[in-house]
Amino acid sequence: MSNVTYKRTDLQSDQEVRWCPGCGDYTILASVQTFMAQMGVRRENIVVVSGIGCAARLPYYMKTYGFHTIHGRAPAIATGLAASRPDLSVWVVTGDGDALSIGGNHLIHALRRNANIKILLFNNQIYGLTKGQYSPTSEVGKRTKSTPFGSIDYPFNPVSLALGAEATFVARTIDMDRNHTQQILAEAVNHRGSVFIEIYQNCNVFNDKAFIQLTGKTERVTNRINLQDGKPVVFGRSGENCVVMEDGEARIKPTASVSKDQILVHDPTRDNPSVAFSISRLAHGPFGPTPLGVFRKVRRPTYGAEMQLQIVESQDRGPGDLDALFSSIGTWTVT
Amino acid sequence: MQLAGNRFADTSAAFGNDLYTLPSFPAEIRAPAGTLPGVSSFQIQIADWDISTSGDRPDCMVAMNPAALKSNIADLRQGGTLIVNNEAFDERGLAKAGYEDNPLIDGSLNQYDMIQIPMNTLTKEAVADKVSGRSVLRSRNFVALGFLAWLFQRPLEPIKTWTNTKFARIPNVAEANLAALKAGYNFGVTTEASRTIFKVNPATLPVGTYTNLTGNTALAWGLIAASYCAKLPLFYGSYPITPASDILHELARHKRLGVRTFQAEDEIAAVGAAIGASFGGSLAVTGSSGPGIALKSEAISLALTAELPLLVVNVQRAGPSTGMPTKPEQTDLLFSLFGRHGESPMPVIACSTPSDVVETTIEAARIALKYMTPVILLSDNHIANGSEPWSIPDAGSLPDISVPFASAPNGANGQYLPYLRDFNTFSRPWAIPGTKGLEHRIGGLEKENISGNISYNPENHQLMTDSRAWKVANIANDVPAVEVSGELDADLLVLSWGSSKGTVGAACRNLNREGYKIAYAHLRYLNPLPANLGEVVHSYEKLMIPELNMGQLRYIIRANYLKDAVGLNKVAGTPFYIGEIRDKILEIVEP
Repeated sequence: MSNVTYKRTDLQSDQEVRWCPGCGDYTILASVQTFMAQMGVRRENIVVVSGIGCAARLPYYMKTYGFHTIHGRAPAIATGLAASRPDLSVWVVTGDGDALSIGGNHLIHALRRNANIKILLFNNQIYGLTKGQYSPTSEVGKRTKSTPFGSIDYPFNPVSLALGAEATFVARTIDMDRNHTQQILAEAVNHRGSVFIEIYQNCNVFNDKAFIQLTGKTERVTNRINLQDGKPVVFGRSGENCVVMEDGEARIKPTASVSKDQILVHDPTRDNPSVAFSISRLAHGPFGPTPLGVFRKVRRPTYGAEMQLQIVESQDRGPGDLDALFSSIGTWTVT
Repeated sequence: MQLAGNRFADTSAAFGNDLYTLPSFPAEIRAPAGTLPGVSSFQIQIADWDISTSGDRPDCMVAMNPAALKSNIADLRQGGTLIVNNEAFDERGLAKAGYEDNPLIDGSLNQYDMIQIPMNTLTKEAVADKVSGRSVLRSRNFVALGFLAWLFQRPLEPIKTWTNTKFARIPNVAEANLAALKAGYNFGVTTEASRTIFKVNPATLPVGTYTNLTGNTALAWGLIAASYCAKLPLFYGSYPITPASDILHELARHKRLGVRTFQAEDEIAAVGAAIGASFGGSLAVTGSSGPGIALKSEAISLALTAELPLLVVNVQRAGPSTGMPTKPEQTDLLFSLFGRHGESPMPVIACSTPSDVVETTIEAARIALKYMTPVILLSDNHIANGSEPWSIPDAGSLPDISVPFASAPNGANGQYLPYLRDFNTFSRPWAIPGTKGLEHRIGGLEKENISGNISYNPENHQLMTDSRAWKVANIANDVPAVEVSGELDADLLVLSWGSSKGTVGAACRNLNREGYKIAYAHLRYLNPLPANLGEVVHSYEKLMIPELNMGQLRYIIRANYLKDAVGLNKVAGTPFYIGEIRDKILEIVEP
């Protein structure tokens, strides 16, 4: 890593951006480009890997190395890249269908291993590219082309899922709030190991206003629970609501009804993910008060570094030798 | 029995015989002992000349219990030596194998030269002061091994050395096994002293240093060697599956040689991670068996259209679905050639014998790197678990298969054009992340020729499809012509591929020695086929293709050359016998 800084335009490829007008992806792309321009990594050392879906087009718009792969497999492909090239800054851009449906297995295993990859999950709670079927984060009862009578699938809470897989860095942000997105990216970039960031993203064509409770002018004031390291979790127009731990779970209470020391003080560095998980259960979707921010940030050795370490330690006695390998299981000579 | 077989193979190798082994075991980890499904066997042919198979009918067989006898006795040649543990032929043992009468006394084995050895008693006496309880009878196989060592006059030293190393942490077990070994050997010396022993002199193999390699170990070593020859780090992504897992196990041991192994969460992640490593500049490999390769199919097509080098190892087993995981078949040929969506030709290369695997693996890597393409490397259960002496080359004599990474822009105005092809190979340049100025994006969407930008242009898709196909077809000019051996002016050409090589070659050589005119050829390259193959098959009136499938290469030959062929096809969970090939050839040449 060096201290190079770029302008945002230095990170823009020459390809025309082709998302639907008004798509939340434009905002996220701008946030990512703005952030990467000043994150201090040379662009030839950045690789953006994606699977399939609207979000997965993002690598084509970045003037970095990029690989648009197949549906759901980006975390696996990125794991192989990051494990074999620990010198690179490897990013995965994915969506709710790509990461949580067809690629669910790869996602949880990448997080469990703590592969050195940064996963940005654009969650719009719908299948956009295939034109409007429900996704694994769509709410029960959602009427779509493939669920004309309403969806009967119980959705994932992506943050809960990532915490369940013991991801070492888990956060949630929202497309419209570029400052918040960049703050989260800034915290993530120095994290060694798997980063999981759920980004609520509006699909104005197939699922418009899904996040209105968190973006509407009045709604966002009452519903955004901003998690801040070391701060008591209070929210609302004047901090009128708060989060407490009670009977082993996080609950929302009127601030006036509890004593100050009962209010949960947010600490994402807790090694045990249970409290972070409880916080993630405060909302099962963006329908009311919903936590945003960094849920968990802990240190654990990364998969790629551990792999490298085993090689380095094995080579303490000098590198291996092919001739020695060929003679390693008993030989005889014919003269 | 696998242990005893392998030790017999090692001591025979050390003695200087040529050899070829064929283990066979059930898929179950601990199948009930003494029952027919639980029988595990190990066949070995040793010779004082250069052999190419594990042999058809053994001259000597050891049956540790009635079930083992029942499962295998049909293979023993008339008059062959049959060694049995007579103490295992009690009421319970006979019942488990489904014998109503004891075959040792009912006369049904009269055509064999039978040696009965009380292995239980010999073992108990030998190990009494070393191990106790259930561990005692575990050394029975060493009694059998000791007797065989006497019968075939094998040196005991290699067995002793191995045993002391293997059981170094439990010295009493090592001592028990060696005491049992000695008891078996002495049983021969004292009670069978007047018997004729087998005398197999050292073979006159070409000058060199040899080691006895199984196909799976050879494949792992071949990959390490290929990484050395390519000057690239090796990355192997795999998910455990019989019979390919041993490649992962072997590679995982060699961190000192810079090998990265990744045991993935599933087959798709295994190939995915390998593709990621390839994008990053590794010699990337994924290995599996048929069912696992099926899961990888979509990702292989990605590597194909992204034009990234990738080795896909398929250790074939009997299918479809779970099939018979520990049994050999050559039934994935058409799947290898065609088992992808879209127009997606890619090179397919097959190993033939354990001693051929290292070279073939390096060759597969050469093609993958030079032509920026995934390559399927076929092995099978017969090659994977069989073993053969391999003449060890000097690492320095191995071919240089390295390909330079792109290091500078190849377009105007400092542009990097990832799909600007090489004029001769039609291969695209390989620019890896970390290379300044060559930042570029690739993917599964159709790419515009030269620039690599996404393109839906109809003419471009035709052009790119043609380019990918031509690139692969052109490899035919970069591989050796198929060579015909035997009687070149014969009417009949026998054509083999994969693990049938040894058996088919032996059958043809035998017949040629007897005066029959037979020509014989073997294919390593299944796609593209060698450039002269059409001419070769048409220069013989008759063509016969033996394969352990229902006629897959025959289908390819007919489709490519409009040349009819007679098939010899079987899927019985066993390799061909030389006799089967011989009978079919005679049926054709002496109708």
